[in-house]
Amino acid sequence: MAKKSMKVRAKAKNGIVTVKALISHPMETGLRKDKKTGEILPALFIEEVSCEHNGKLVMQAEWGVAVSKNPYLSFKFAGASGDAVKLSWKDNTGKGDSLETKVK
Amino acid sequence: MQRRHFLKNTIATGTVAMAAASGLLVPVQVLAWNKEAFDAKDVASAMKGAVGTDSAEVSDKIKIKAPDIAENGAVVPVTISSTLKDVTSITIISEKNGTPLIAKFNLHGAEAFVSTRIKMGKTSNIIAVCESGGKFYKTHKEVKVTIGGCGG
Repeated sequence: MAKKSMKVRAKAKNGIVTVKALISHPMETGLRKDKKTGEILPALFIEEVSCEHNGKLVMQAEWGVAVSKNPYLSFKFAGASGDAVKLSWKDNTGKGDSLETKVK
Repeated sequence: MQRRHFLKNTIATGTVAMAAASGLLVPVQVLAWNKEAFDAKDVASAMKGAVGTDSAEVSDKIKIKAPDIAENGAVVPVTISSTLKDVTSITIISEKNGTPLIAKFNLHGAEAFVSTRIKMGKTSNIIAVCESGGKFYKTHKEVKVTIGGCGG
C-alpha cells in the first residue's frame, strides 16, 4: 500500500475554499462474503472524517458502511489561499490517518 | 487486548456479534459514533437516530445532484447543496438500503455543500435532510440502479 492513505486538494476562489479528498480504504460492509472461502468479511469502514481549517473544526462527518470504497469527499467553507487545512479519518477498528495541506 | 478480543469475536460470529460487542464498547470509544442510527433498518428510525426527529419539512431549497440511472450501485456520486441559511448538518439517506442511513455531515461554519460517492442496494430514493436553525428540511431524488446491466 502506498504511504499516504489520502489525497487532499484545497482551492480558494472568491473567498470560498473547496476541498476535494480521496481516501483509500476498503469500506467493507461486513455483509460481503469472500468468494474463495465463503467466509463473511468483517466490517471495516470509516466512521468519522473531520476537517480543521486553521486549527478550527469546520466539518465533521459520521459515515456508515454505505459510503463507497475509496471514498471521495468534497465540501466548501469560507477561507483564503494559504490557509491550513487538516483532514483526518478514523475507521471502526480505531485506525486512522490525517493530512495537512495548504489552500491553493 | 480488548480490541483483539473484539476483532476475534467479530470474525468468529459475524455481524450480529459485532453489533453486540461494539455496543458494549461504546463507552470506551472516544468518539460516540452513532451506532443506533447507522444500524436502523428503516428510514424513520434512521432519521430519528441521526437528527432526533423523523419529520422534516419538504423544501425546494435543497438540491440533490445524482444520476437518474446508476449503472453501478457500488459507486453512486451524490452532491447535496442548499440555499438554506446556516445549515448545521446534512444527512444522506438511501431509502431501500438495508441500513438506510449513509452519512451525516456536521458543518461547523462550512458551506451547505457536500459531495461524495455512496453505495445503493437497489433503485431507491435518496433523501437529503438539512438542519437549519434547529429545523429540519428534506428533499429526495430517485436513482435507478441497474446492477451488472448495460445501463438500459
